[in-house]
Amino acid sequence: MMLRRILITGNEAMAEGAIRAGCRFYYGYPITPQNEVPEYMSRRMSEVGGVFIQAESELAAINMVLGSAAAGMRAMTSSSSPGISLKMEGISYLAGCQLPAVIANVQRGGPGLGGIGASQADYFQATKGGGHGDYHLIVLAPSNVQEMADLATLAFDLADRYRNPVMILADAQVGQMMEPLLWQEYAPPPDLPAKDWALTGTNGRPKRVIKSLFLAAGALEKHNILLQEKYARIREKEVRCEETSAADAQLVLVAYGCSARMAKELVRRGVKGGRIGLLRPITLWPFPEKRIRELAEAGKDFLVVEMSAGQMLEDVRLAVEGRSRVGFYGRMGGGVVTIGEMAGKAEEMLAGGKRNR
Amino acid sequence: MPRIVIDTKHCKGCRLCVTFCPKKILKMSPIISTRGITPVEVTDETMCSGCLNCVVICPDTAIEIIAGDGSEKPEA
Amino acid sequence: MIREYRRPAALEDAVTHYCPGCGHGIVHRLIAEIIDEMDLAGRTIGIAPVGCAVLAYDYFKFDVCEAPHGRTPAVATGIKRARPECLVFSYQGDGDLAAIGTAEIIHTANRGENISVIFVNNAVYGMTGGQMAPTTPDGVKTTTSPRGRDPLNEGHPIKVAELLANFERVVYSTRVSLSSPKNVREARRAIKKTFQTQLDRRGFSIVEILSPCPTYWHMAPEAALKYIDEVMAKVFPPGVFRDWEK
Repeated sequence: MMLRRILITGNEAMAEGAIRAGCRFYYGYPITPQNEVPEYMSRRMSEVGGVFIQAESELAAINMVLGSAAAGMRAMTSSSSPGISLKMEGISYLAGCQLPAVIANVQRGGPGLGGIGASQADYFQATKGGGHGDYHLIVLAPSNVQEMADLATLAFDLADRYRNPVMILADAQVGQMMEPLLWQEYAPPPDLPAKDWALTGTNGRPKRVIKSLFLAAGALEKHNILLQEKYARIREKEVRCEETSAADAQLVLVAYGCSARMAKELVRRGVKGGRIGLLRPITLWPFPEKRIRELAEAGKDFLVVEMSAGQMLEDVRLAVEGRSRVGFYGRMGGGVVTIGEMAGKAEEMLAGGKRNR
Repeated sequence: MPRIVIDTKHCKGCRLCVTFCPKKILKMSPIISTRGITPVEVTDETMCSGCLNCVVICPDTAIEIIAGDGSEKPEA
Repeated sequence: MIREYRRPAALEDAVTHYCPGCGHGIVHRLIAEIIDEMDLAGRTIGIAPVGCAVLAYDYFKFDVCEAPHGRTPAVATGIKRARPECLVFSYQGDGDLAAIGTAEIIHTANRGENISVIFVNNAVYGMTGGQMAPTTPDGVKTTTSPRGRDPLNEGHPIKVAELLANFERVVYSTRVSLSSPKNVREARRAIKKTFQTQLDRRGFSIVEILSPCPTYWHMAPEAALKYIDEVMAKVFPPGVFRDWEK
């Protein structure tokens, strides 16, 4: 595989990152702002001998992913906010059946049909459910085109390692922008568990069933305990975040995805009245709560920056647990956070604003 | 001589085999099975014509026809 | 000479949860017989629906996948595209296929996915207690049509085998009935043909099977079979609506 540096959109980088991870089954449906993904896949899949179907709906697409995943393949779908809502049933089934799969959400404004600009208002949907039942998706949040590729590849490894669906929570900005990208060499980790549960035709071996229904008394609770133990292992091992000058900041910005780009620039420029840093979660689930707690115990305040009404804000507050102040700056409905407004809020907090409830 | 083996574990007493036996050699047993229903029983095996109607209509695969002298046990 | 008959190897020994006289048991047995005959158990993958047959995977001795309600054809598509050398069949009831799964069945048929669809039509929602189905005949009372199905409010019953026969990539679409041993034998031939059609890679095929539901038709099993002949078969005529052989 040639290592080369190219200029590419985030959406296409994510698609190619999936192909490089060995994804050969893509099922999708057009919706702005991620149409580049199915379009790219429709060309690329036939080049690598894979399968591309533009399904009749996002609902059909997630179920096709379920089928190919059940048959032991690396399979993916992508959509944007309203289409992701349609996938929630299928996502719950993937989690309940313990099937590896990758679902990409290139977020747009909502609720309802909303708009086509970037937003980050699907955080709750991604991290707190969306689908029914006690389950978790591993949620990865790319913030630039390189991460769109690298996290797409990582998503498949994590999905296979834990037999769990993984969501790439991107947004219209990171999906649409073009940036340089350096392709890394990829080989699947040698210690990924074998798919000895996959449906392949028995060919003499005992039969296998993929299901999430457990009707016998106590069986479903037992299954849920098993899932929770898995999630505990994931929390232990798979947290990823990036810090910029957080260790000696007085005020730590917490932001992900497109907001984090602006926040990083503000940290680079600095503000009046104190030192700021940035904690950028790369995994939104598992959330870097331990690191936030450490920073809170070290006396730092926080300013959460999101393009939503404040969703990740709640997880930051939970992690801080009253130890220090947590402020919020956000824009909704496709409105873009600005460095100027962010700076103003940061300076206000550094000057000793009211303690946050 | 063929044996008609009724598996009373599976038989749910739906009577469809009784309806479709052209030789009328099936009837409901007077004895209640462990399932709490009256399963079917064969009245006169020698009259069986081997039409397999009972086997074809049975929703529970509760009827097996064993050929030969009848001394082998049916497959589980 | 008396022919032998033994429980098919591809059928588990489990006692099914189906009601006495339910058509599912007959259809499961036919599928298992054919899979034995064609020596396919080692490379069959079935997809179970939501409905009375939700536990179908407990009754077959081959790989089976659960599907969310109605999505069975989409899951089957995902499986067949991943494992094209396997015999992949989706097994669905009238709610799964003709209500919530209408988009999926139509598009899977239209794409001509090389799968076999076994559609068990008993014109009522059994698992959930006897509600109206898209295939419930006009005038029939159910728990959600207590005054009888009114076409002005509920529409007429949907004729799936005819509907799907309209798509060019559907190569075999037929309707059969379980109302007598003769008809069950015909159903068996149709199921075998849909499997052979898939193995020959001809495209999408579907067998719609008129099946009894004694419990929610509120009649004894033998009366239910008569009802299929006298009522159901008039609304849903058995026949072949598309056949690659003709």
